[in-house]
Amino acid sequence: MGYSAFKVFWEGLTGNKGWKPVWREPDPKPQYDIVIVGAGGHGLATAYYLAKEFGITNVAVLEKGWLGSGNIGRNTTIIRSNYLLPGNQPFYEKSLKLWENLEQDFNYNAMVSQRSILNLIHSDPQRDAFARRANAMRLSGADSELLGPEEIRALCPFLDFDNARFPIQGALRQKRGGTVRHDAVAWGYARGADMRGVDIIQNCEVTGFRMENGACVGVETARGPIRAGKTAVCVAGSSSRVMALAGMRLPIESHVLQAFVTEGLKPTLPGVITFGAGHFYVSQSDKGGLVFGGDIDGYNTYAQRGNLPVVEDVCEGGMAIMPMIGRARLLRMWGGVMDMSMDGSPFIDKTHIDGLYFNGGWCYGGFKATPASGYCYAHLLATGRPHEVAGAFRLDRFRRGAPIDEKGVGAHPNLH
Amino acid sequence: MIIDHPLLGPRDAAEFVYKGDAALIDRPDWQAEDAADKFHEYMYLRDNVAGEMAELWYHEHGDRSWLVVTRNTLTHKITSVELARDVARRRGRGK
Ligand SMILES: Cc1cc2nc3c(=O)[nH]c(=O)nc-3n(C[C@H](O)[C@H](O)[C@H](O)COP(=O)(O)OP(=O)(O)OC[C@H]3O[C@@H](n4cnc5c(N)ncnc54)[C@H](O)[C@@H]3O)c2cc1C
Repeated sequence: MGYSAFKVFWEGLTGNKGWKPVWREPDPKPQYDIVIVGAGGHGLATAYYLAKEFGITNVAVLEKGWLGSGNIGRNTTIIRSNYLLPGNQPFYEKSLKLWENLEQDFNYNAMVSQRSILNLIHSDPQRDAFARRANAMRLSGADSELLGPEEIRALCPFLDFDNARFPIQGALRQKRGGTVRHDAVAWGYARGADMRGVDIIQNCEVTGFRMENGACVGVETARGPIRAGKTAVCVAGSSSRVMALAGMRLPIESHVLQAFVTEGLKPTLPGVITFGAGHFYVSQSDKGGLVFGGDIDGYNTYAQRGNLPVVEDVCEGGMAIMPMIGRARLLRMWGGVMDMSMDGSPFIDKTHIDGLYFNGGWCYGGFKATPASGYCYAHLLATGRPHEVAGAFRLDRFRRGAPIDEKGVGAHPNLH
Repeated sequence: MIIDHPLLGPRDAAEFVYKGDAALIDRPDWQAEDAADKFHEYMYLRDNVAGEMAELWYHEHGDRSWLVVTRNTLTHKITSVELARDVARRRGRGK
């Protein structure tokens, strides 16, 4: 079923009775060419691009809960390509380009909104660092610009410009950054994959890997064994738990990130705004709620909830740049389990076990990566070679002394 | 979370800095044949268990002691707190 303005109009006139479920609920087959573990954004995008770009459709996506129950449905939906390092930036720019054409590509309304992102500057050294970043962004073909305080005043008059400790001196802006309706991304990819013959199997937890002669030949699941030519793990916060089933230890710790949304307000924020002197970022959803967050809690956890000290820290950050947020009432807060890697950058790689592939380590920034992650993972699975923009995301990079550490803080996952 | 400090009694976890898996106490022998491999594992690889885990917390806003806290990563429940010094000595380290 294709979507179009005419179809919406017609259904509106005929009682909306013609809409149908957009993916099937198939039983697992005994064997697939490729089995993807985890129906989050990345797993579903991988299945979609395998089918659409590489013509591989004998594929299953296995999900332990329901489709979209993980971080794809919990994030604060920000997309951007404002990274610094050459191992990262071209990848995120590829992702932003895919976002820009995503809705046309999969014929689904994901509410991609390039409403811009402003990273505020509060000191001279920070301006230098952001100028360097702005140049690095341009080298990858992305857009970037540095704004002065007057330009920001015109856009966001409500910010606390003359804050005694953190005056706002400027900002790095990426106009093409913005937000996307996160659930719709999962649904759009699921529908696009299903239409091309991919089986999406929910309530099907992977409980082990089938090994023959040292190679991975499929998975054990809550719904019985399934054989696979290639097994592609893509389980975000559960990465270490799942890869431990294959005897692997990863350069990853699991941490919780919290997020918050207020009651709906009239349109106020022009785009995404991030505080440069503490950890706080905010945008406004199309329903009007201010969606905001900050730092991870900082200790290992698999509980999808955080603690109060970080709530306080996030709210202090908000009050420091945007005092009016103190008048907004909070509607909801929640947490998601992040796969925090040792350098803050992800992995898209083959493992040392034949037939077993791994995608993870996305930290708190994997939503924006969804299209490129799916595309590059599909490329690796289909061709056996990493895609050119994902070549640095290897599991052995620490052993080789080649981490991709944007912040330069070393092997401390809770500081990235 | 409240950490029951063995010397100071119950303290807010916000007073501490988190270092991670208490396996970091066991620094490998830098003169061993396989030192490069062992240090790679020590620095970068983690068990990252879901369940009970021994971990290092540093009381930065307090007495600056290192603690080994045994905590469940699924429930946040803390079952034991010891001075890291005592744990290291028990493993035959230092004076
Ligand atoms: C509060 C919060 C805010 C965030 N904000 C942003 C943001 O603004 N911008 C941004 O770019 N990123 C953001 N992120 C990060 C982003 O959401 C994640 O990096 C990304 O969603 C992870 O990839 P995924 O969608 O594939 O993960 P998930 O949706 O978590 O998918 C993994 C799936 O694997 C399944 N699974 C696990 N174990 C098994 C098993 N054994 N068998 C079968 N299935 C299994 C899980 O149920 C889950 O559905 C945020 C995250 C959080 C929690």
